[in-house]
Order: sequence, then C-alpha cells, then structure tokens
Amino acid sequence: MPLNRVVITGRGAVSPFGIGVETLLKNIWSGHSAVCTMHEWSRIKGLKSLLAAPVPEFDPKKMLPRTVRRTMGPMALYATLAAQESIKDAALTEEQLVSGMTGVAIGSTTGSPTAYEDFYTRFLPDMVIEQTKSGEFFKMMGHSCAANVCLALGIQGEQWAPASACTSAAQSIGLGYLMIQTGRQEVMLCGGADEVHPSVTGVFDLIRAASIQNNDPQHTPRPFDKNRDGVVCGGGSGILVLENFDTACKRGARIYGEILGFGNVNDSEHIANPHKDSMARAMTNAMQEAGVHPDEIDYVNAHATGTELGDRAEAAAINLAVNSHIPVSSFKGHIGHTLGAAGALELIILLEMLQRQEVIPTLNLVEADPVCEVVNLVSTLKKQNMKTVLKNNFALGGVNAALVIRRIDS
Amino acid sequence: MMSEEELRHKVVEVLAEEFELDPSKMGPDATLYDDLGLDSLDAVDMVVVLEKTFKMKLTDEEALRSIRTMEDLFQFLLRLKNENES
Repeated sequence: MPLNRVVITGRGAVSPFGIGVETLLKNIWSGHSAVCTMHEWSRIKGLKSLLAAPVPEFDPKKMLPRTVRRTMGPMALYATLAAQESIKDAALTEEQLVSGMTGVAIGSTTGSPTAYEDFYTRFLPDMVIEQTKSGEFFKMMGHSCAANVCLALGIQGEQWAPASACTSAAQSIGLGYLMIQTGRQEVMLCGGADEVHPSVTGVFDLIRAASIQNNDPQHTPRPFDKNRDGVVCGGGSGILVLENFDTACKRGARIYGEILGFGNVNDSEHIANPHKDSMARAMTNAMQEAGVHPDEIDYVNAHATGTELGDRAEAAAINLAVNSHIPVSSFKGHIGHTLGAAGALELIILLEMLQRQEVIPTLNLVEADPVCEVVNLVSTLKKQNMKTVLKNNFALGGVNAALVIRRIDS
Repeated sequence: MMSEEELRHKVVEVLAEEFELDPSKMGPDATLYDDLGLDSLDAVDMVVVLEKTFKMKLTDEEALRSIRTMEDLFQFLLRLKNENES
C-alpha cells in the first residue's frame, strides 16, 4: 500500500507573546524576548530560578462558553484557542471536523499543574475531598488538552495525547504524520501545550539546569552562548493542521510545508543527560525516512535550551548528522522553553522562515561556546535559500525526536 | 438571621456567578436543566457552591435529585435552613 503524502495546512498559537500566530511571528521577527522575572515566586523556599516566559493574562470568558471552559486548566485553554486558530487558518469545514476522519494529537508534560495545586492545596492538609469542583479531574488528566479540544471543537476522529515532556509536540506531530500516511485519518490537529508554574521550573532548578539570571530576564536563556546558565520555562500551545496532500490539493488549501520524515528514539543511557549519538540517530532516521541526503538539509532548528550539556551534545550531534556549514539556530532565547508546546510553536516559526526565506538567529547568542562552534551558529537575521530543513526536539527521559520538513513551491 | 427573600436573592446571585447565568432568567419556574442548561457536573458544583455560601451540608441525595426548578431549590434550602436553626 503506498503511503499518503502529509502536508501542513494550518497554524495556531498561544505563545508567551500572546494569542495568535501573527503576534508570535511579529515579536520573533522583531527580536523580542518574552522572558520576565517572576517576583511572586520569591516566596518559594529553595527556588533559585525566578524566571519564566508565561502567556500574558487574558479573559477566556469572552472566547469560549462556560460549558467547555469548566474542565480546562490554562494549558487546555491555550490548546483550544490555538486549535481554533489553526482550523480557521486551514479553512477546514464543520463537515470535515465531525467526519471522523479528522483527529487530534496534542500532548503536554502532565495535566495542568495549576489544577494540581488547587486540588492538593485543599486535599492534603486535612485529607478532605469535599468542596472540590467536578471539573478538577478533567484539568489534571494526562489527555486534558486533547480531550478538551475534541469536546470544544466537535472533533470526532482519533484522539491521542503523547506525553513526553519537551518532545510532546514533536511526537504528536510525528504521530499525526503516521496517521495520515497510513490513511487512518485525513486531517490531524497536532501539537502540544504547557503552562508556567513554579513546580515545573522547580524541576529544572533542582537538577541545576534552570537559569538564575533573575535580574536580567531579557538576556536569558542564551542557547549556544559561552555565558549561558540554563533553561527558562515558558507556556503556551502550538497546533498544526496536518493533512493528506491529495485532499489538501483537491480543496485548494494553502500548504506551508510537507513532512517527509520523523525520527523518534530513546538513548537508553541516562534519564536526564543528553546523548549526542542518540540525537544524531533521531536526525539520521528522519532523513533516511524522508529519502533526503544530509547535503540536502538547508537549516537545522535546534532544540538548544541553553544548558551546557544539552547545547554541546546537540551541536556535536548536528555535526555528526549533517554538514557543519549548515545554519543552526534555536528560538528558546525568544520564548523560553515552552516544554510540551515547544515542538509546535517552534515549527510554526520555522514554517514562516521557509516562507520568507530568512533565518531567525538565536537570541542572546553573543559569544559562542567554542565547543558548540562545530556547527554554523546563526546570530543575526539573514536571507537564506531554504527548501529542506530539520527540526529537533529532545526531552528528559532520553527521548530524541527530529522532523524533516520541505517547502512546497506552488 | 437570613430572611427567605435574602436567601432567594443569595441563591440567584451565587449560581448566576458560578454558572454565568442571567439572573433575570432565574425565576422560580425556571428549570435547572432545560431552561438554565445545567448538567450532572454542574449539579455537583451547585452543591459545592451552596454548601460554601450557606455553611451547611447538603447530604440528602434523594432530595437533591428531585430538584427540578429554582423554586424546588429554594424550598429545599429553606427547609434545610429551618431544620438547622431549630
């Protein structure tokens, strides 16, 4: 059975810059940072990193009816708004959404940590479950984003929620690609979501991987930079509409790019430490599946979060997998590490780069770490011919994922 | 001590706030499920909100299940309040 070609026909975002793809892109192309100091976190004993890139506050009451909002924590809310935007962008019809041939794959690191806090704040002190609202569990469950998106938008196809922390969105996109390739679904809404919470930043803080430049939020994280000091967590959601190439063409959809290959491996070495050979294997697997030679790759969008171990391993891995002159950059300096949303929000920016034929540089990369200079690190915005690109995302737990994306010229 | 009218007013106020309802549509004859659009999950939350507001336990599941209209709810709460006060 020949496999279907899979293309991206819609984009939706709720990012640390606010609601909408346009807001995200405008700020990225302006070289802005969404990182701020979280002064209210100073009350948390032992937390050294008081930094985050949260989604700016907004009033969801005007955007979604109460009956769907009541079971959504912040991350499910972001995912639903991003999914709505992606559907509109792709011009999908109501008929397509309810057909059973449109599915959803949206992951997150966990359920909503804000909802966990609300629940356990009441539950733990006196072991009391009374006064708990019925919507709480639905905010905490692992597939909260995917389930709420289906409910809110009337989607009746396959529902998946790959949960793998920082590769949740990348794996969701990879899964959606497989679903459409094999003909199980014609359209998949894919991506991820996460929300800023001190317990999440605390995880990175505990393993000494979080930035502590609390007095200089706009200049951290600093991927690939000699003076980087760690991750800054962000929140938001990115959703991509993946579609069967033939049906997309038939309905005259705008095509942002084609997904050619998906590498998804575990290093089976260490639960927290990155592993260059495994990272390279993810990229190589993606290129082999795509039938693309490393020489054909025009740009690599790095996962690079701004940790010494991670940045160095990834630079070495890129050097192993593709030619060292290929431009490489990371978007974490702009939006922080949006964890479960990272793969999707970053892919949205990457697709725009392919449209504009411009490389977004790594924000805050001033003095490159010499160990990372085994690849071509981009630190200023530049014009570049790009057709085929690699998108990396790696996660705690030894997960390494890569996608090969190609621009389709109309 | 809260009068009957105050109780009725308070019930409308807290449920309108919780379920984002228009108070003018919450007259005595309004049915909770058909007219106001509440469902089984909302029924759970309604109990949570009313228990918190009136500081009394709503444990009579059978009586709760029989509530159809706002007036049924008012009467249920008034009865409970009187029982508690006596």
